[in-house]
Amino acid sequence: MSSSIERTPAAAGTDRRTFLQRVALAGVALGPGGAFLASCATGGGDDTDDEASEAPSGDVSDDNPLGIPTDQPVEVYIFDGGFGDEYATELHQPIFNEKWPDIQIDHHAAVDIGAELQARFVAGDPPDFINNSGDGQMDPGQLVSDGLLADLTPLFDAPSWDDPSVTVRDTLLPGTIESGTRDGKPYVLNYAFTVFGLWYNAALMEQNGWPVPTTWQEMMDVCADIAATGIAPWVYQGVTAPRYMNWPLLSMATKLAGPEILVSIDNLEPGAWGHEAILESAAAIRSLAENSYFLPGVEGMEFRDAQGLWARGEAVFCPSGSWLENEEADAIAENPDFQMAMMPDPLLSPDSVMPLETVRATAGEPYVVPADAKNPLGGMEYMRAMLSMEGARGFTERVTSLTSVAGSSEGVQIDAPGLASAQAALQAAGDNVINWFYPSWYGTMENPGIDQVTGALLRAEITVDQWAEQCEAVATEIREDDSIVKQTREG
Amino acid sequence: MRHGKYPFILAFLLPPVGIYAIYMLSPYVQAIYISMTDWSGLTAAQTFIGFDNYVEMWGDDQLRKALWNNLILVLVVPVLTLLLGLFFASMLNVGGRSRGGAVTGVRGSSIYKVVYFFPQVLSVAIIGIVFKYVFAPENAGGILNRVLGAIGLGGLQQLWLAEPNYLIWIIVLVMTWSFVGFYVVLFSAAMQSIPRDIYEAALLDGSSRFTTFRKVTVPLVWDTVQVGWVYMAIQAMDGFATVHIMLGINGGVEGAGDVLGIAMYREAFAEADFGYAAAIGVLMLVLTMVVAVAFMRGLRRERVELA
Repeated sequence: MSSSIERTPAAAGTDRRTFLQRVALAGVALGPGGAFLASCATGGGDDTDDEASEAPSGDVSDDNPLGIPTDQPVEVYIFDGGFGDEYATELHQPIFNEKWPDIQIDHHAAVDIGAELQARFVAGDPPDFINNSGDGQMDPGQLVSDGLLADLTPLFDAPSWDDPSVTVRDTLLPGTIESGTRDGKPYVLNYAFTVFGLWYNAALMEQNGWPVPTTWQEMMDVCADIAATGIAPWVYQGVTAPRYMNWPLLSMATKLAGPEILVSIDNLEPGAWGHEAILESAAAIRSLAENSYFLPGVEGMEFRDAQGLWARGEAVFCPSGSWLENEEADAIAENPDFQMAMMPDPLLSPDSVMPLETVRATAGEPYVVPADAKNPLGGMEYMRAMLSMEGARGFTERVTSLTSVAGSSEGVQIDAPGLASAQAALQAAGDNVINWFYPSWYGTMENPGIDQVTGALLRAEITVDQWAEQCEAVATEIREDDSIVKQTREG
Repeated sequence: MRHGKYPFILAFLLPPVGIYAIYMLSPYVQAIYISMTDWSGLTAAQTFIGFDNYVEMWGDDQLRKALWNNLILVLVVPVLTLLLGLFFASMLNVGGRSRGGAVTGVRGSSIYKVVYFFPQVLSVAIIGIVFKYVFAPENAGGILNRVLGAIGLGGLQQLWLAEPNYLIWIIVLVMTWSFVGFYVVLFSAAMQSIPRDIYEAALLDGSSRFTTFRKVTVPLVWDTVQVGWVYMAIQAMDGFATVHIMLGINGGVEGAGDVLGIAMYREAFAEADFGYAAAIGVLMLVLTMVVAVAFMRGLRRERVELA
């Protein structure tokens, strides 16, 4: 087992490299004194940018479609967070090694990916495969614009692990490659698949005979019934992340007016946030605050506290993604009666453009291959192994998360009731899967930008018009900042 | 013996000076250089952009907010801490009077000493998390609101951490609370070195406790106060850990509790803009030095000599 601290120095590691790494670690310990900012910085100027072109390769064959060198080690970094790292050591790496017994996998787990790898990127000596996730995630947009990530096109064009007649690209759920594409090129493999929606306390609803609302009017009726019993109808992620409420807000607006409104938001078009459907949806969300349908005090809570109270039966609805069940596993375990389920966000009007079953879903959990890696093809081959049916199915079984590999959860017995309902909702949605990209394209636009504005809306401190105006201001700021590389999408 | 003096001295001086230069001085110089680049922190490539980062800083409203908050911290926290620290220390050491005219601390002072010092033993992380739950809503375990409710002051209950106007004052409170213990101990040490006969003379002359405090204790521990003040101002200039833990990386609701340290961290690690972060770091360096010099000068007063 390798821990995050003990790291085998790279074979070609120079004194400068080890020096930089140590200084960086020491700098983190010193904290905010500017020492870290400085010490790892200047002095790396003589970098070997063309290392990738010298990358070793083997012969391309049916058996080795990427042409990887069959005797070079692959250095792998896995974020040791909610998913742990056993799925890599006990599942994906054995699959990989079965095919490539001579390739040694140099596995590392890290809790703070950025702190461990930033100095190595600067030194031009990154590992071959990174699960760039967690709080210490390195900004993917910046990595791309600095030219530090390898283009994954060869991987997606290669035949899949299981069936040589189908490319990797064709085994993935729609939207997967797009979610990792910047400037027209795929740089990030998003492996886990997340379904977003309204999660509710199904046990409580059933006991009280409350129907699952399909329209906003029904939602308000149910909320009135719930509130009358002294239970709070809704929670959200409190002072930590009011932005979670943007998800039902934007989903409901999209169902009402169609996915074009999301395109104009993502493309930072002026007036995008002032679209009538969005205003109507924001008004609906604000009405929850006006009617005091939020759990008292939720505005000042940490997100885990708010979700914990929800899982303990003090509230009924909670907006989130399908990680919620894992995240609240301890609170759920305390309350044996609790049964969670997911519903698609209700329709604002019966003549909505998109059906009720429409859900927001997206590939997440990013994996990348650095452009300067010693063995980038080895990193991509590792991805190909992950994307095998066995790798994806095993991942779903082990960590209770869907994957981007189409059909990989079919036949998998999902015991977690929440995830099972998310899987069912995704199947019911068919092609009606929506998503928006501004949070991943422009991190600060969502947080703190829209996050803070929506926070004020949820405290009913501002009107819907003021909310839209302030969201516009946030978008304008991004639009006019020349230092931010802009992305666009169509339809 | 004179012969090899300089090589001998140099041989011993060079390693420490060299290490100091490499690890202490060069980072400052590098940070100043980086603040004039657009370095993202991820590549080896840096483009020199002159003072653009500083120009951007000038127009950055959020940074202004952070600066203002730091100003509040620098002015309020040291004053509160010193007043409380001096008061508690004098109570512990020379506050008691009843027992036969001897100059001692108030009753139970040995216990209080431990209690005051207690926060100093806890790490900032623990203090931050504990106080997050002091100010949390009642149903999420908030102690303050529960206490207010229990003593019939339910009207004063607030969602403390959701109210932008309170954030920085909550930080002031927490920082003061966590600092006071150390200064009580520091001032106690200073006060113990004051000869007892001075107090006895004051006592005989019928001086009140407050007069004794003002005319005897404070002048005689002033040097320590001055050092403590500067040290505290530097600590308050930082405030990073407390704010980060209690309010998060954006400085809480509407960024109202932001401080420069957080802004720097955010620019570097969330926005991958190490150049701008370094510029904030340089600003902090300059401000800290200005504050230190200003306090040293402003607080200078005549030394009292104990002959």
